[in-house]
Amino acid sequence: MSVARFLRSELSMVFRRRRNLALLVILALVPVLIATAVKFNGHPGRGGTILGGITDNGLFAALAGFLVVGPVFLPLVVAVVAGDSVAGEANTGTLRYLLVIPVGRTRLLGVKLAATAVWCVACVAAVALTGILAGLALFPSGELTLLSGRVISYADGLGRLVLVLLYVAAMVLSVAAIGMFVSTMTEVPNAAIAATLTLTIVSEVADAVPQLSAIHGWLPSHYWLQWFDLLRDPIITTNITTGLLVTLGYVAFFSSMAWARFSNKDVTS
Amino acid sequence: MPAAIASEGLTKRFGQVNAVDGIDLDVPAGSVYGFLGPNGSGKTTTIRVLLGLVFPTAGSHSLLGTTTPKALGRVGALVEGPAFHPYLSGAANLARLDAANRAADSRTAKRRIAASLERVGLTAAAAKRYRHYSLGMRQRLGIAAALLQPRELLVLDEPTNGLDPQGTREVRGLIAELAGDGVTVFLSSHLLSEVEQLCSHVGVMSVGRLVWQGRLADLRAQREPSIVVETATPQKAADVLNASGLHDVSVSDGHVRARLGEAEPERIVAALVYGGVGVRAFGVEQPSLEEQFVGLTGEGFDVSG
Repeated sequence: MSVARFLRSELSMVFRRRRNLALLVILALVPVLIATAVKFNGHPGRGGTILGGITDNGLFAALAGFLVVGPVFLPLVVAVVAGDSVAGEANTGTLRYLLVIPVGRTRLLGVKLAATAVWCVACVAAVALTGILAGLALFPSGELTLLSGRVISYADGLGRLVLVLLYVAAMVLSVAAIGMFVSTMTEVPNAAIAATLTLTIVSEVADAVPQLSAIHGWLPSHYWLQWFDLLRDPIITTNITTGLLVTLGYVAFFSSMAWARFSNKDVTS
Repeated sequence: MPAAIASEGLTKRFGQVNAVDGIDLDVPAGSVYGFLGPNGSGKTTTIRVLLGLVFPTAGSHSLLGTTTPKALGRVGALVEGPAFHPYLSGAANLARLDAANRAADSRTAKRRIAASLERVGLTAAAAKRYRHYSLGMRQRLGIAAALLQPRELLVLDEPTNGLDPQGTREVRGLIAELAGDGVTVFLSSHLLSEVEQLCSHVGVMSVGRLVWQGRLADLRAQREPSIVVETATPQKAADVLNASGLHDVSVSDGHVRARLGEAEPERIVAALVYGGVGVRAFGVEQPSLEEQFVGLTGEGFDVSG
């Protein structure tokens, strides 16, 4: 499969790049840092909150990791890869050689977006993994109490964690799609990265302004923390579904914009 | 057999400027076509349009008798210097490009990459990072990338740029070899000696326009010889030449020049001697390709237009 081969090549470009690996490592250290701080700070947490739950069950270290990296750091690492995707190739001049080798423009964007999506999952999974391990090392790992008060087994807890992981990864796909679109508009990767992160922060700021409540539901970042609902019993799906649909809308819109922009763009780099 | 490259009224406007202004290219299959022009005359933009990197404002073009997207798999190209990922080795860069090519067979990738590197003499540097390559090695890697697949048309934008004399010879030898195998080569260059050595056809660009196109032999046949007379009495010689009906007679420190036109040199010498001009030396000069080129483009070579 030729697309699979190109995707593998693209993934190795993303995952072997030192800058990206450094970001991944820092990201993975966040839950370790939180768990260590909670362990040695000595304050027993209150049940029913994410951070407070860590002392009850180490699995909450992973969830606390999501909570901490969610607003800025995770969008940043996604923006770095997405913003770099096309602009980076244009900047090194390799874009023109890819296009004449030839790779179709649509195919190039598709593979770039797919690789960025894999990157999103990998970033969130890295947080989850080190969170689980740090939790196992420092805290109890038996049954855990959900936010709604019900007690479930550790295995069920892991299942919930995987659902949260997938939801968080899906949420940052909107950042990936915005980043990809911005990346088709410039030959300067850092500009694309900065613009993507700026748009993300604008969305989060707008989400925090009560006077703008009318548009809150349409902001890409509005549902990012909705994974709390996955930790209730039964799971409340209404907002989760809306969040996924809004994200899907953003991904569809910005991917199409990226395609529309890139498919008839003059490549003069 | 369709032309390897054909275009009609091909135009590319950037803002107010026509970078390429209605050119009608005709590159016969099997030819080595020298695409000449001063810097800034629109050569690279033309190449970008032909390869589908840039979309034309007006006009049409075809590669190998079909559209650019359909033809690209059979076209190898070097556009405006090599460009590769600096932290990957030469071989890894080629593997990356090959992986992107939907028509490439992954099972033969290793062999084709090795053969490509071998052909441009980079085997020893295959595992070295691109950032440590010299300019000449980079240029060779660019050519290797163009040769990853069997190609029917090679579009090479200044392929010997930055190469040392040895490398230049090798690359020219390689181009001649490929052309011998029947590959059409579209060679953009500002090195007239290169074009004279390699090309069967030439196209000359000036300020976005194609001012001459055809067989190199026909261009050479068009050149007009001139005569040079060395004498102690240049003014007298000039009078004789004017009286003999020659054009563009000019005098400069003891030398008198004129376009020969249809006249016979023997008769001119006789006329000079008969007119009492002491002829110290007499010669017939063929203009160099450079002089023809300057005549066509109306400016010095390597001057941006």
